[in-house]
Amino acid sequence: MTVTTKESRDVIKTVDEVVDEFHARSEELIPILMKLNQELGFISSEALERISTRMHIPQSQVYSVASFYHMINTKPTGRHVIKFCESAPCHVAGGREVWEAVQKELEIKPEETSKDGKWTLKTTSCLGVCAVGPVMMVDDDIYGNLTPDQLPDIFAKYQ
Amino acid sequence: MTALQAELAAKGLADEVKVLETPRIGDCEKGPEILVYPENYHYIGLSVKDIPFLVEEQFLKGRPVTNLLAPPKKEEAQELREPTAKEVRVVLRNCGKINPENIEDYIAEDGYSALAKVITSMDSDQVIDTVKNSGLRGRGGAGFLTALKWGFTRDAVGDIRYIVCNADEGDPGAFMNRAVLEGDPHSVIEGMIIAAYAIGAQQGYIYCRAEYPIAVRTLEIAIEQARDLGLLGEHIFGTDFSFDLEVRQGAGAFVCGEETALIASIEGRRGEPRPRPPFPAVKGLFGKPTNINNVETYANIPQIILNGAEWFASMGTEKSKGTKTFALAGDVKKTGLIEVPFGITLRDIIFDVGGGIKDDLQFKAVQTGGPMGGCLPAEYLDLPMDYEKLTQAGSIMGSGGMVVMDEGTCMVDIARFFLEFIQDESCGKCVPCRVGTRRMLEILTRICEGNGREGDIELLEELSVEIRQDSLCGLGQGAPNPVVSTLQHFRDEYEIHIRDKKCPAKVCRALISYEIDPENCVGCTLCARNCPVDAISGEAKKTHVIDLDLCIRCGICNQVCNYNAVNVTT
Amino acid sequence: MNAIKNLDDLKKIREEALAKRKVTETSGATQVIVAMGTCGIAAGARETMKAVLEYIEAKNLPNIVVSQTGCIGLCEQEPILQVVSGQQEKVTYGKVSPDAARKIMQEHVEKGEVVGDFVIPSVG
Repeated sequence: MTVTTKESRDVIKTVDEVVDEFHARSEELIPILMKLNQELGFISSEALERISTRMHIPQSQVYSVASFYHMINTKPTGRHVIKFCESAPCHVAGGREVWEAVQKELEIKPEETSKDGKWTLKTTSCLGVCAVGPVMMVDDDIYGNLTPDQLPDIFAKYQ
Repeated sequence: MTALQAELAAKGLADEVKVLETPRIGDCEKGPEILVYPENYHYIGLSVKDIPFLVEEQFLKGRPVTNLLAPPKKEEAQELREPTAKEVRVVLRNCGKINPENIEDYIAEDGYSALAKVITSMDSDQVIDTVKNSGLRGRGGAGFLTALKWGFTRDAVGDIRYIVCNADEGDPGAFMNRAVLEGDPHSVIEGMIIAAYAIGAQQGYIYCRAEYPIAVRTLEIAIEQARDLGLLGEHIFGTDFSFDLEVRQGAGAFVCGEETALIASIEGRRGEPRPRPPFPAVKGLFGKPTNINNVETYANIPQIILNGAEWFASMGTEKSKGTKTFALAGDVKKTGLIEVPFGITLRDIIFDVGGGIKDDLQFKAVQTGGPMGGCLPAEYLDLPMDYEKLTQAGSIMGSGGMVVMDEGTCMVDIARFFLEFIQDESCGKCVPCRVGTRRMLEILTRICEGNGREGDIELLEELSVEIRQDSLCGLGQGAPNPVVSTLQHFRDEYEIHIRDKKCPAKVCRALISYEIDPENCVGCTLCARNCPVDAISGEAKKTHVIDLDLCIRCGICNQVCNYNAVNVTT
Repeated sequence: MNAIKNLDDLKKIREEALAKRKVTETSGATQVIVAMGTCGIAAGARETMKAVLEYIEAKNLPNIVVSQTGCIGLCEQEPILQVVSGQQEKVTYGKVSPDAARKIMQEHVEKGEVVGDFVIPSVG
């Protein structure tokens, strides 16, 4: 008998709800993964297994799709995810200095999560607001016209 | 009032011109006033004897009578800015003017009138002919004749057809599509319904990148409102034609802007391109004939139908008709969106509409067409914007992103930067792209770090040829472009990096050093306090010194110094 | 609104929408429009909108229509706020922080005086 923890049962429940919402259609795999990414924070191996069972798609294939797309996390993340635009227009508008200041302020490097589990720092490709660059997103909030001195206040908003 | 009505009736205009009595419009001391709508001409101080001439000029001939007009207000004078005279807003006509979450606003601006015209009085051939005569080319970058694509899709074998909108605008520096999706979503929806009618499709998808959540939301609201009004769904305008739309989000993969990768993504698979033929027009989404066009291509359709093919073809150059939106980013004063007719020069775009280089520094280069575009130096500033002319110059039109670079830009660093992006976004399916771009990036990184070797340039050139020839899709085929164009126009910069281990633009960290000028330094300690690695030492009011062994070349000391005492040397 | 079944239905909606606009203009109502495209939001348009709404509520101002629009294309001027007083020409303001918004509400919307410092030439 396999012992499932409460957390596992929650994961399975969430996966089932989302898969049912999209009628378990194979072409909806990416919307399903995106929604689960939002609800669970990342696609764990438990989630992968359940998706595979419910949708009759081999687990390797589900993982292959999940790991292909940048916005789907296959590793756990911190409570808040920062996505900093590393594309040329932001770079040219002073992004390099702000990027260094972000890393200094939070004391983490890209793809790392802070020790207290609060922040995960990622780079993102162009967010399409280049004219107000440098730009970053913290969770769903977007910040433009960034300068290093704005960072402490911005980060202080998040618990 | 009576005189006006009588004169209008006498000239047979009683049906065309509606006269409404309103409360005061402006300065009533000046005398009777008339506001002509929709032109917004405000006439004041009128008497009965003015009426016949006014009716003849304004209503019959469509010419305002300037000596009877109210003087322009101060704000109007400020709005008459020379540069924008070069702009012609077709695709962007409603952006910033209407509430995108209110379909009535769109309808008030002649929205869905083109669809009504098409459904009630045109057949598929007529629609496709109109698009053909307009000369509209795909605005996503390839510039393929739109009417030709529609024709192929319509004539392909099969009963089920799909219409897809490519809203996966991933080019760094490009945000034209985002503005249209957020500001005037119905123009795209209307364009898609017209395309569906002409091609014989029943279902459509708008594939929008997930990095644009507001655009996704705005589209979903717009589709819902269109459905409520019966403009989407069964029996549109009471005819047999039925069509519905769905929004599909991307998940953060630049390569999904490539049409076959986009199709794979909608189908729930990895966004990997496949060889063509067969083209999507013949075998696309779910194996069915599919027409894929860019947001801007669809957004042009309603205006072409309403104003006619000749109107559209009257703008632009011989082979590049109509207008194009461009997103100006980088070191230019007025960043943002513009829409101009083809044929305008780069010089006019950057220095006239764009206001010139920020801080009035020297122009160095402009990259057109996104990360697979080329960088063009000052000699090309008088190049007219035209698909073929840009390609001949070694760049591409692309979707319209334009990154302007000033004298402080290192062209080797820029090439490396774009290649890093492309390497990151390579789907990995084919060796020339996956491995080739990685090798190119390694070489460029070495050069920027001061480890360039004799023969590196030749190797880059050789790799470029092979990657271009042998890659499976547009991403790989275009990947070498930034390198090829910077090598072509800025070869000396590469040579100086490799041979002299210097960076002329003083950007590449490994090749520059910072030093404090003792003549200017007042010892304010600001630099030392801000240095992230504590590489600066000095007492208050005494000249400070940077320890070059500790210095990471971040440039913060140079930025914070108020006395111009920090110099960058290479 | 009912579903559009033919050309006349569409025409009717168009005319009603235009008439509604005219009424807003001639009634002397003031329209305050905040650009809420993503670039605007990245530059702080949400805070600007909040300041506008809070100002109206605090002062209990009547006859003001607040709405939103998309990206105008003048992204480096964001946040952008436009004021249409009755039938006067639209005035476009750029770099409108919450403080600037409050100033514009007080000077332009309430007193009818354009705040020259923030005016920017518009396009189209």
